[in-house]
Amino acid sequence: MNAGTVTPAAEQALPRRRRLGRWRPLQSPGLPLLATATCAVLVAAAVLGPWISPYAKDSVDLANAIAPPAWQPDGTAAHLLGTDQLGRDVLSRLIAGARISLAAAAAATLLGGSIGVAVGVVAGYIGGLADAVAMRISDAFLAVPFILLALAVVAVLGSGFGNIILVIVVTNWPRYARLVRSEVIGIKHRDFVTLARIAGVPPARIMLRHILPNTLNSVTVLGILDVGRAIILESSLSFLGVGIQPPDVSWGLMLADGRTLLGFAWWLTTLPGVVIVAAVMSFNTLGYWLKARLDPRAGA
Amino acid sequence: MTGLLLRRAVETLITLLLITVMVFGLTRLTGDPTSLLLPPEATEATRAAFRHAYGLDQNMFVQYEAFLIHLFEGDLGESFRLHEPAIGVALDALGPTLKLACAGMALSIVLGMPFGIVAATSRRRWVKRLGRWYGSLGQALPPFWVGLILVSLLALQLPLFPTSGYGTARHYVLPALTLAVATSSSIASLTQANLEEALRSDFIHMERVLGLPEWRIVLKHALRNASLPIVTFLALQFGLILGGAIVTERVFAWPGIGQRIVEAILGRDYPVVQAIVLITATLFMLINLAADLLYLVLDPRLRT
Repeated sequence: MNAGTVTPAAEQALPRRRRLGRWRPLQSPGLPLLATATCAVLVAAAVLGPWISPYAKDSVDLANAIAPPAWQPDGTAAHLLGTDQLGRDVLSRLIAGARISLAAAAAATLLGGSIGVAVGVVAGYIGGLADAVAMRISDAFLAVPFILLALAVVAVLGSGFGNIILVIVVTNWPRYARLVRSEVIGIKHRDFVTLARIAGVPPARIMLRHILPNTLNSVTVLGILDVGRAIILESSLSFLGVGIQPPDVSWGLMLADGRTLLGFAWWLTTLPGVVIVAAVMSFNTLGYWLKARLDPRAGA
Repeated sequence: MTGLLLRRAVETLITLLLITVMVFGLTRLTGDPTSLLLPPEATEATRAAFRHAYGLDQNMFVQYEAFLIHLFEGDLGESFRLHEPAIGVALDALGPTLKLACAGMALSIVLGMPFGIVAATSRRRWVKRLGRWYGSLGQALPPFWVGLILVSLLALQLPLFPTSGYGTARHYVLPALTLAVATSSSIASLTQANLEEALRSDFIHMERVLGLPEWRIVLKHALRNASLPIVTFLALQFGLILGGAIVTERVFAWPGIGQRIVEAILGRDYPVVQAIVLITATLFMLINLAADLLYLVLDPRLRT
């Protein structure tokens, strides 16, 4: 009995710091910096795309087709990351792809996040039937593996940039709704909300001015993590041939194009993949780091 | 406990019903679904008969009712391209996908759990850090790219396994490995986190004091406690694996639902799309329900 009562006290007093430290994902200070730098480079490439890319994304140069990257024996300095089967510059296409992939991911995250947050705040605050209906609907959306749901929507709406954004929105809003709803339920019985209600503040204003700001931290974290997810979803759809369509370029589409030359031109499949992984990992690292910073319970 | 079970079962049923509404609504998004659900070469008489049979000349509620009745009769229309019932086409494709998903799942557990156990019990910081790295890298690796890299390394450079196809055991290795890269990493990090937590609890401390061998403490007592969230997680992962399999199948020309649904989308074969979405979603829901049941079996505290 003694051991049972002494140990927890001792454990709480002593290894508390260490315990929190262990829970931090990827805690070395250099990593968030590296992730931020990678994100900044990608976003800069996406924004400045047409001005910094060495070639137009679809300028064909058959004389230099399937040129390996510059550091390879047969590489030319004219095409730093090599060319594809039509002699199109891989670096320029990666930059053009950054524009499409990041724009789609950002737009879808903002739009899906806004819809989800609106549903979550209203459902959580009003509760009752509205809440039950909203949660069952979001369950139904979450019940279908998201790639399958995306494919089903693509089947009806068709592919292309705008529709891909819509597809990602359809698959990601329920997660915001659920997250925000659970936060709102925790907040709505706090004193400042009760007092606002007693003071006669209309419900819409309470939701907008008093409850919503308190959920924004976790929404921001989920949003940043979601950018990575959206990039993967977009590139998966494009790889399957039902996402971004030529002449637009996306990283997934480049992978699908390079697939036929897998044995001869490794750079056509490796490089877009490396860019996708770097982008997704950077956004994820940034998201987890932000989560640890914004949530005092996670320790930071 | 029966109350809890009943509630979960009712929730599952409602969600399933909502999924049928979704699948129903999907084809109505563009207005008259006749052009979607019948092949383009259908005559005007066939179209009229179809409209009448599915009640398309009536309001939405009557239409949905007709859709449900047809659904319960196992009739989701006929595939335009294969001229077979869509449900049958979907079920035929489900077999290979499930086999692939099970192989991927097994491989993920075999790779992920020991990794997580080693990372949790090691005293070396770099091992722990490697564990977390593996966890976050796996989330970022798109399965189709992993598949292509594996093909290029283990099928083209080093011809150990076939590049694609379906049939022998050797055909399973690369697709299953592709699925396992992502899933094993999340299993590893979840095992690591839960085992680390369990190893800090009082009863483990007690067992150390009593002098039980460390391997027994870790593998028998701590792991059993850590396994609860892992089991639920595995069920959720199975749904993700089904999703991942859709993309992976495309890389390896695996004749499962992933291939079928992409073909169906590109060929505008909507009945097959509907059937695949319905069947996969139902399967996914049932797996989640089973996970909840398993949770009750494993954790007696919940059985009140």
